[in-house]
Amino acid sequence: MRASRPKVAIAAVAAAALAVAGCAESDREGSGGSNKDTLVFGVAGDPKVLDPSFASDGESLRVARQVFETLVRPEEGGTKVSPGLAESWEPDAAGTTWTFKLRSGVKFHDGTDFNAEAVCANFDRWYNAKGLMQSPDVTAYWQDVMGGFAANEDDTLPDSLFKSCTASDPTTVALAFTRVSSKIPAALMLPSFSIHSPKALQDYDASNVSGSADDIKYPAYATEHPTGTGPFKFKSWDVPNKTLTLERNEDYWGEKAKLKSLIFKTISDENARKQELRSGGIQGYDLVGPADVEPLKGEGFNVLTRPAFNILYLAINQKGNPKLADLKVRQALAHAINRQALVDSKLPPGAQVAVNFFPETVEGWNGDVTKYDYDVEKAKALLAEAGASNLTLRFHYPTEVTRPYMPNPKDLFELISADLQAVGIKIEPIPLKWSPDYLNATTSGNKHDLHFLGWTGDYGDGYNFIGTFFDRQKDEWGFNNPALFEKFKQADSTADQAARVALYKELNADIMNFLPGVPISHSPPAIVFGKDVTGVKASPLTDERFSTAEFKS
Amino acid sequence: MIRFIVRRLLQLIPTLFGLSLLLFIWLRRLPGGPETAILGERGTPEMRAAIRQNLGLDEPILIQYGRFVRRLIRLDLGTSISTKREVTTEFLQRFPGTVELTITAMVIAIGIGIPLGYLAARRRGRLLDHLSVGGSLIGICIPVFFLAYILKAIFSENLGWFPSSGRQDPTIGATRITNFFVLDGLMTREWDAAADALWHLVLPGLALASIPLAIIVRITRASVLEVLNEDFVRTAEAKGLTENVVRRRHVLRNAMLPVATSIGLLTGGLLSGAVLTETVFAFSGIGAFLADSISQRDYPVLMGFIMIIAVVYVLVNLIVDLSYSLIDPRVRVR
Repeated sequence: MRASRPKVAIAAVAAAALAVAGCAESDREGSGGSNKDTLVFGVAGDPKVLDPSFASDGESLRVARQVFETLVRPEEGGTKVSPGLAESWEPDAAGTTWTFKLRSGVKFHDGTDFNAEAVCANFDRWYNAKGLMQSPDVTAYWQDVMGGFAANEDDTLPDSLFKSCTASDPTTVALAFTRVSSKIPAALMLPSFSIHSPKALQDYDASNVSGSADDIKYPAYATEHPTGTGPFKFKSWDVPNKTLTLERNEDYWGEKAKLKSLIFKTISDENARKQELRSGGIQGYDLVGPADVEPLKGEGFNVLTRPAFNILYLAINQKGNPKLADLKVRQALAHAINRQALVDSKLPPGAQVAVNFFPETVEGWNGDVTKYDYDVEKAKALLAEAGASNLTLRFHYPTEVTRPYMPNPKDLFELISADLQAVGIKIEPIPLKWSPDYLNATTSGNKHDLHFLGWTGDYGDGYNFIGTFFDRQKDEWGFNNPALFEKFKQADSTADQAARVALYKELNADIMNFLPGVPISHSPPAIVFGKDVTGVKASPLTDERFSTAEFKS
Repeated sequence: MIRFIVRRLLQLIPTLFGLSLLLFIWLRRLPGGPETAILGERGTPEMRAAIRQNLGLDEPILIQYGRFVRRLIRLDLGTSISTKREVTTEFLQRFPGTVELTITAMVIAIGIGIPLGYLAARRRGRLLDHLSVGGSLIGICIPVFFLAYILKAIFSENLGWFPSSGRQDPTIGATRITNFFVLDGLMTREWDAAADALWHLVLPGLALASIPLAIIVRITRASVLEVLNEDFVRTAEAKGLTENVVRRRHVLRNAMLPVATSIGLLTGGLLSGAVLTETVFAFSGIGAFLADSISQRDYPVLMGFIMIIAVVYVLVNLIVDLSYSLIDPRVRVR
């Protein structure tokens, strides 16, 4: 009798299963033991690259902050420059050479010593970058902070701010710069200036960025062998399972990590992260939706609120509608918007109305500037005075995006648009997809009148906020104000911290008088941990240190 | 048969070139480019121009296409702009997830759909028939992402029976060979890893199966009803064959032809990316990755993945065509 087809099929599958079973070696070490020393943390995206020299995305930097350390680092939970691999530092009289006293007894994950020579090897590697390593998307932060390289291969690159590195003894290193800059030393806290093991850099050919400009190939170091001095060591990156595993550095110079392993798991959907936390698959996640903050707190999860280190503003393009070049019209817009109502109803708990274009936590914030209170009548009067009572404005807002400073652009648009209509301004709404349409439309050309944009600070220096927006002529704002630009230049080249901060205060006052846009709010982003996880301090710079995380027993 | 297969494969070549040229032009027609996604709010027009120039995007489109084709001939699909890994590597790391998910969904859809459709036809007009026809209508109507959230809320968040995301528990530390996690678990005798991977497939598999299941139930039912009325079935019954034999040899087999066609098409459709299911379950496959790549304007990934998917689609349909001759000896492939 013939066997029936289903039976044949089942037999075939069983035979195939038997055939493959055990045909490959397991490379697994003994199972992890108790899960109480492993934290799985949900993140919104995969890291792009594990060598922070080449990274500019938040997820790569998050990993780098656990594996690597920088000369100086932000104080825990704040933005102030504090000791990292360097115990102390000071500039010379001219403000162009900074001497760092290094910690001794620190070892890299590969067992080699951290010392002044290692620091110089790192700075020399960045400074002497050649070929594709000079590409703007490869070394974004170096170029943002330092400008160019030892030998610029592209004429459009500016001269390098960095000049040289000298190791006078194992624990003393001097960094020389070509001019005084507001960025030093604060920018050296960026993970992109993490110190790598020179041996590992060499062994894994870390500077060998090859291929062609439209097809860049990264060396193995950048994806498989990041070697720093941090409290966690890189263990594995399981791309098919969207997880990256770090393990405790048993030879860490400071207090060792409480967790044995730390796993970052990518769950891009916000709701999915929340569901996974509730079902226990992860013990924490970042980018908590503002609407979820209170419910999660109510369920007993540890919701941490980061001090706000961002700004949401309504940008006004003076090259758009010609009426916008009139200060009275811009003042009318500012008076027309009920920012307090917006903050109370649409932003997460703890959000504040912005008075400057930078948050109160940054030195140079100025409470004594022109303020524009919500005043419909005044707005109408100003518009009438300017002969702009019949104004129609194109208002761009982004779709399919949430930013830390802007959780729900459409809701914000609706509120502000209603406020503006209430003073007689007609609004032409232009919703665009955040990337690339919206960003392109609002930062180039002059087809935009009003739009939302914002910024999250990289480090705690005011220039990183207001300098980024207003230190030169930009299509986003469409104005040319040489006096303002000159004052920015002066602030950037002032070495003395107190004098520079005084200039930032003046600049904040100038900006609020000139009113290139309306600063709206600072929103504190939230991060959540499981009910039994403690020890992590929220950082305004998203510099959370997982080495202090532990499970309550 | 071999000549048939070879001819079908040769037909692929002009198809792929035509497809690649069309895709290339369409993609470059989209406003904006990868530079905006790379820089975000940090970008200035000058920085964006520098990146465009670096990526060669400021050159004439035919020159860019020429470069793409030259690489394609060497089977090099380039490097992803956003993840910085080679497109081929990305595909090999992500496609197995989608295949596992598709197979799970199709096993569920076929395993439940064919018997249910058959029974509904046999009990036409009775309760089971109404239930399965009505149920399949619901299956088609419910948006997949909604069903996915419901399944997760019930079976994962509340009952805790199934994991709610991912392909495997990362603390297991499983060995990777082929990136088909179930297969890898069997190959390395890491039984717990294989079981865990299977466990992770259940909820997304169910969510993804809902539409194909509903379609298969309906097609099977209609097809069986049609065959039941054929003369040869009456003849077979008249000549005294048992009901079982009539059912299996005559009714089911003949009713399977349209079902097989639809299975081929449905499988191909699922393979080209279960975007929503993968997103909701944070399941690492090609669907969600492709969707991200569109918003990032990651041209190499879009070109490479769509080309490979086209090849896979042709292969799946080739297999379906070949299976016709097994189901129905009258169909000879020529």
